[in-house]
Amino acid sequence: MALLEVTGLQVKFDTPEGEVQAVNDLDFSVKHGESLAIVGESGAGKSQAVMAIMGLLAKNGSATGKAKFKGQDLMQMSRKELNNIRGCEIAMIFQDPMTSLNPFLTIEKQMVEVITYHQGLRRGEARAHAVEMLRAVRIPAPEERIKQYPHEFSGGMRQRVMIAMGLLCEPSLLIADEPTTALDVTVQAQITHLVGEMRQKSNMALILITHDLAVVAEVCDRVLVMYAGQVVETGSVEDIFYRPQHPYTQGLLDSVPRMDRPADDELHSIPGNPPNMMDLGSGCHFRDRCSKAMDVCKDDPPLQVAQDGRLSRCFIAIENAGMDNSERVASGTDSAEDSTETAE
Amino acid sequence: MRQEGILQHSASRLLGLIPTLLVLITIAFFMIRLAPGGPFDSEKILPPEIKANLEAKYHLDEPLVKQYFRYLGQIITLDFGPSFQYKDWTVNELIARGFPVSLTIGGLAIVLAFFLGTLIGIVAAMRQNTAVDYSLMGVAMLGISIPNFVVAPLLILLVAVYAGWLPAGGWDWSVQRMVLPVVTLALPAIAYIARLTRGSMIEVLNSNYIRTARAKGLPEHLVIRRHALKPALLPVISFMGPATAGLITGSVVIERIYSIPGLGSYFVQGALNRDYTLVMGVVIFYGVIIILLNFIVDILYAWMNPRIRYNEAQ
Amino acid sequence: MNSSIDLQVEDPFAAAMIEVDVRGRSLWVDAWHRLLKNRAAVISGIIMATMLLLVLVGPALSPWEGDFTDWDNTSAPPSLETGHWFGTDSVGRDILVRTLEGGRISLLVGLVATLVSLVIGVSYGAIAGYYGGFTDRIMMRMVDIVYALPFMFFVILLMVVFGRHIVLIFVAIGAVNWLDMARIVRGQTLSLKNTEFVEAARACGVDHHAIIRRHIIPNLLGVVMVYVTLTIPQVILVESFLSFLGLGVQEPMSSWGALVNDGAQDMESAPWTLVFPAAFLTVTLYCFNYIGDGMRDALDPKDRL
Repeated sequence: MALLEVTGLQVKFDTPEGEVQAVNDLDFSVKHGESLAIVGESGAGKSQAVMAIMGLLAKNGSATGKAKFKGQDLMQMSRKELNNIRGCEIAMIFQDPMTSLNPFLTIEKQMVEVITYHQGLRRGEARAHAVEMLRAVRIPAPEERIKQYPHEFSGGMRQRVMIAMGLLCEPSLLIADEPTTALDVTVQAQITHLVGEMRQKSNMALILITHDLAVVAEVCDRVLVMYAGQVVETGSVEDIFYRPQHPYTQGLLDSVPRMDRPADDELHSIPGNPPNMMDLGSGCHFRDRCSKAMDVCKDDPPLQVAQDGRLSRCFIAIENAGMDNSERVASGTDSAEDSTETAE
Repeated sequence: MRQEGILQHSASRLLGLIPTLLVLITIAFFMIRLAPGGPFDSEKILPPEIKANLEAKYHLDEPLVKQYFRYLGQIITLDFGPSFQYKDWTVNELIARGFPVSLTIGGLAIVLAFFLGTLIGIVAAMRQNTAVDYSLMGVAMLGISIPNFVVAPLLILLVAVYAGWLPAGGWDWSVQRMVLPVVTLALPAIAYIARLTRGSMIEVLNSNYIRTARAKGLPEHLVIRRHALKPALLPVISFMGPATAGLITGSVVIERIYSIPGLGSYFVQGALNRDYTLVMGVVIFYGVIIILLNFIVDILYAWMNPRIRYNEAQ
Repeated sequence: MNSSIDLQVEDPFAAAMIEVDVRGRSLWVDAWHRLLKNRAAVISGIIMATMLLLVLVGPALSPWEGDFTDWDNTSAPPSLETGHWFGTDSVGRDILVRTLEGGRISLLVGLVATLVSLVIGVSYGAIAGYYGGFTDRIMMRMVDIVYALPFMFFVILLMVVFGRHIVLIFVAIGAVNWLDMARIVRGQTLSLKNTEFVEAARACGVDHHAIIRRHIIPNLLGVVMVYVTLTIPQVILVESFLSFLGLGVQEPMSSWGALVNDGAQDMESAPWTLVFPAAFLTVTLYCFNYIGDGMRDALDPKDRL
């Protein structure tokens, strides 16, 4: 059984300029202990999808769909029920560690409140546990540093604090929303290692949102590629990296330097801009930027099982996979799960 | 380390007050002295020798610069000299008489304004863009827009004259006579603080660290109380300095309308009668209070905000 | 400043999308559209335009002169029959005409004194911000000092000492109201002068005055306009405060503040002498505040959500 199973997720934003369709009919699932990467350009709806699941959308945003966590639908929960899960069963770390900690409270207060609220421990015990967790994320002299304010920590150290804070209640799922984007390159690798290490130690599931494909290769089992609020392709890391089916995935891979390519190989960027999310229209949303676009792309491509049993939202990929698969229109996560199992 | 920082910060700020005070005294002194007409012009014409005697007594016959330094020396010992108008009183005595009354009204008004204003602001922010928010803010805008001296007569007319619930004016230290002046004085401050609190609370509630607090699963009342309240109140704290200055100014009108024998009444009387020493005394006295309050507010702000590092400041 | 809309942190995505759409529209057109969507500001604008028209042509259309004393109708309540729609005061003067004429003075003081503070504040702030360094420190230290003074007391002192002439009211209020403007303009200038286009101008050898005049001031316009709209009601308030104390405009001239003062004297027997001028004053201040708020939101939509 999947740990988290998202079906038909729609996220909309009501802006003065009109309605923005940020996430459009998104399906995905994460199993116990599995590590899923969600990749895509900024604006593809990656962050907003998980914000919606966590009930953290901005006031002008609204979401519909299902997000079953251990069989219970997060989207249908009352605020109180959701609060019993947030920070306890599902923890989240954010993109910008500089602003994600409250500058007016000491690290101790911010960590201890998680434990006292969710587990009902007393302050002293909670504090000891918090210190222990800070030591686990390798913050030096945690007994001293826990008394300090966030501004006394560097960016990398603050992200370590955020990770420690997320892991306090031993969650079964950690959502990391671009945890290294705002950090120095040297620190990025450390934080990535730390996330991977902590995951393995506690055997929790991980959703890593990123546009850094190198991170994906290191930490994740499975990849979900998003474009214009939709899944365009999912599969194992191996499949996506070495045998991408969707032209957009290919474009993404061509735009980053890789060790397994000749050094003089040129880097390519995907031409054009992401589509206007206020007026998406029909057909493949990528077709204007796609070098392989055909007439048929004016129709909506289904998310279908393509070659190797992976899911891909492209007519070319479906064609390559042969006719025998075409009746298996992926309408739910069942087939997605099947396909990943066959891929692994 | 932080405590030390705050002490250093306080000391340097305290030193910075001295030029401000000097400028205050200097401007007030020369403005009054350069004015046409003297304190003894308005009364029945005095024989020249008596007038000369009087002027000699108050050192008005000396060169202006000498008078200025004499006055400065006097001020340092906190002696504002005798009043020209109220012959048997010193300015110190007049201040001692009027100020407790003004302080009572002003103090009650500022306390009322702070608590009611922040409360309204927080409620409006939590109900942002709903009917509650719009109506509270509409009323707050009205509170800012209606001048004190319009509210006061209207309140007297409605509450005192027509309804007869409260006395229309006068002063005897009873609660009944305090209600209307305090409410009138507090209204604009309540309105302003409510708007300020709403704005900063909305900004704070949209910040990343509040999102973190929510992601931790804290219930909303804890998110507000523990995480949002302090940062949202910081702008209100720094507004308390100017707010007090505004209340002091407002009290001049309020005291007049409600016939309250406070310091503001003395000031207006003194200003109309060219009572140099009294006017100077009140301006300096109130100036010092405003400056000191700004100083206290500044320290309070720094104390509440761990991000300010004083050691780097100067 | 670009034309993108600065949405909240949670919503970087929507911001990125909207940027695509509005690119090409200028900041001003954009701001104008946002202002028109603000119902409170638009209604306030219409009311103020009507008010201005009334105040300017109203007295000429009325059968009464402002200083005419109708001895048959002293302290007469509002009535259509006597022709005194807003009633009369204790010496039989028509309240409607006096309110409209008082409005001329109040609005005039509001505009002129704001202009005075605008000129002083913008020049002072732009110079301090543009030259920066030592000049800036000295100039801003002076502003800090003056800022800490009890300003209303000085205006009262000015009025007492130098007589209660209307020109002096403009100067007195304007001269003490420029501090905020100077601070705001200085802050903006400091950030502007490091932008590429100013550096480009400097590299081309354009001299200081031309840079201030041609590059800094036009770019300050948005902030300054918002601030002017918010200063006008403040100034009107100060003038009426002075007039209420008897320190402002003198008879036979009148302003809303002076009329409220007169009305407050007779309010028990003739409440209309208080209510009408007070209503005009309040509505004006209310509308100006809403217009100012709307302009701030339109030009700086940060706290709009």
